[in-house]
Amino acid sequence: MSFILQHLLVLPVVMPLVTAAAMIFVPEARRAARVTLALTSTFVQLLIAIALLYLTSDAAPFIWPEGVGVYAVGNWQAPFGIVLVVDRLSAVMLTLSSTVSLATVVYAVARWDRPGQPFHSLFQLLTMGLNGAFLTGDLFNLFVFFEVLLAASYGLVLRGVGADRVRTGMHYIAVNLTASFLFLIGVALIYGVAGTLNMADLAGRVAALSASDRTLFDAGAAILGVAFLVKAGSWPLNFWLPDAYSVALAPVAAAFSMMTKVGLYAVLRVGTILQEDETLAAALFYLGLATLIPATIAMLAAKHLARLVSFSLLASMGILLAAFGLRIEALTGPVIFYMIVSVLTTSAFFMLTGMTDRTRITDPPVMAEEIVPPPRPIYVAYGIRTPTPYGTDEEVGIAIPAATAFLGLMFVCCVLLVAGLPPMSAFVAKFALLATALRAAPAGEVPAETWTLCVAILVSGLAGLIALSRVGMRLFWSVAARTTPRLRVLEAAPVAALVLLCLALTVAADPVARYLDTAARSLHQPDTYVRAVLAARSADEREKDRR
Amino acid sequence: MEIVYVLAIGVLAGCGTWLLLRPRTFQVLLGLNLLSYATNIFIFGMGRLALHKAPVIDASNSIDPASYADPVPQALVLTAIVIGFATTALYLVVLLALRGLTGTDHVDGKEPGA
Repeated sequence: MSFILQHLLVLPVVMPLVTAAAMIFVPEARRAARVTLALTSTFVQLLIAIALLYLTSDAAPFIWPEGVGVYAVGNWQAPFGIVLVVDRLSAVMLTLSSTVSLATVVYAVARWDRPGQPFHSLFQLLTMGLNGAFLTGDLFNLFVFFEVLLAASYGLVLRGVGADRVRTGMHYIAVNLTASFLFLIGVALIYGVAGTLNMADLAGRVAALSASDRTLFDAGAAILGVAFLVKAGSWPLNFWLPDAYSVALAPVAAAFSMMTKVGLYAVLRVGTILQEDETLAAALFYLGLATLIPATIAMLAAKHLARLVSFSLLASMGILLAAFGLRIEALTGPVIFYMIVSVLTTSAFFMLTGMTDRTRITDPPVMAEEIVPPPRPIYVAYGIRTPTPYGTDEEVGIAIPAATAFLGLMFVCCVLLVAGLPPMSAFVAKFALLATALRAAPAGEVPAETWTLCVAILVSGLAGLIALSRVGMRLFWSVAARTTPRLRVLEAAPVAALVLLCLALTVAADPVARYLDTAARSLHQPDTYVRAVLAARSADEREKDRR
Repeated sequence: MEIVYVLAIGVLAGCGTWLLLRPRTFQVLLGLNLLSYATNIFIFGMGRLALHKAPVIDASNSIDPASYADPVPQALVLTAIVIGFATTALYLVVLLALRGLTGTDHVDGKEPGA
């Protein structure tokens, strides 16, 4: 048991890697074996993530007393070797990403994994990169895991056919490759000045830097920040994102909704450990607003559902960045809560897009002149007949096929989540966000920044509601040129599960928020993290101590 | 030596950036390549420039850190080269695919004005 516990931390990285490698030996034709491998691996990853969530909480203080677990890879001590570190925030991110991955794999099994290149092995590598990025305690290792997940995502975004996919895929590769170079330059500058890449070690050395070195160090950190923000989809470096995400296959886009959050996680983690300047944090606020406002406008302008969802993803990134930019420590907990909800929402929504796309026989009209006048049978959708001038008819319902009813119900739930309306958890999350932001200000003098953010959040919710209602009416209520889609349980179940999870988060909002608050507090006091990493001794030494 | 080194990085990065912003896919590819060279040399330089110093420590002699070059940036550069190289190769494939699908080498898949 202790052996498993000791190595539990490295499993989220090793497991998908081994699975992906094993799939090379399973021929394409033996699909059942591949699917079983992928499902098992993803499911076990989720179990491990939940175990880590439990172990880092206060419920199990006997293993990692301060809620920080450290794993020295290859048994090399912390400042010299590479460490994997799990604290509450990492565990939360890990659980979130494993949940989304599991839903995506199940969804993809239905139909999406068939054509062409190996879907499942690439997807396993993607989860490996995600898990590694959340666990690593080393800046260069963070780069490596970023590259692993990006390399896998390049393959995934190119899946399927069509010039559009190849074109946006190429833009995606070029932008992210350039960002990776910035990442490297930032890392190299930091190493050149501080002489270490271990995050915990860095935290101690930053304070001891001379003024001229400090300038260089800040430059390195800023360049690093730019690289993170490109991945996080922050304005003005996000023009590639809606194109790439809306063209990618539905399960791929669903998994990608987690990827933008890796950038955000990196900003949070590295930013708090390095105790970055106030000015850099303030820049986050304006960048967040600059992401949120155009994304809100674009949501109103988008005609295709997938694009609309991509812009809602950008809007949520904007809210998150701007909220961090307010520099209110109590706000971090609610912000992480909102991030969880937003990831679940977007991935459910992207999967839903894959299914609603099937209802249309022809592409929806894009140009104004192509739009046909609203069809008369709109009454049919309400279950009533076209009214006759005289008398009342007997009530006649029309049969709504189960698949359409399901899609409609899921769509409504997703819209409520994007708009932040009760009873969905997005409401709780946004409410907590606004309430905390307003409460943190001294009575009577709430700063203009807070007001701006509050207004922007509410307006973007309203805009999302309007835009999505419009698309929804076209999708579900106009009977013309639509067919009833055939859904498979495998596709429907993950979407329903994610939406139910969002609903469950409303019910369990209190314990979740409390856990996230402790996570946020330990994030803002990196001392515990630093101490735990640097004090972690290798297994051999512990063995020696015992003797 | 430092000034030559710095100029080399600057020229590579400058050319790379200019090419990256060009409209043809092959120019973008070369731009990415030059940028990756600039980055790699930059990382290498962050280990401090030194002549006649080995990065690998010879354990049979007495170990004096001052007589060795910093091995960490060299290891980082190796990783960065491999990753950059692989991604560039992938980009090349995508470039050819786009050329085949659209019949043009413009990054947007269509000639301006077409």
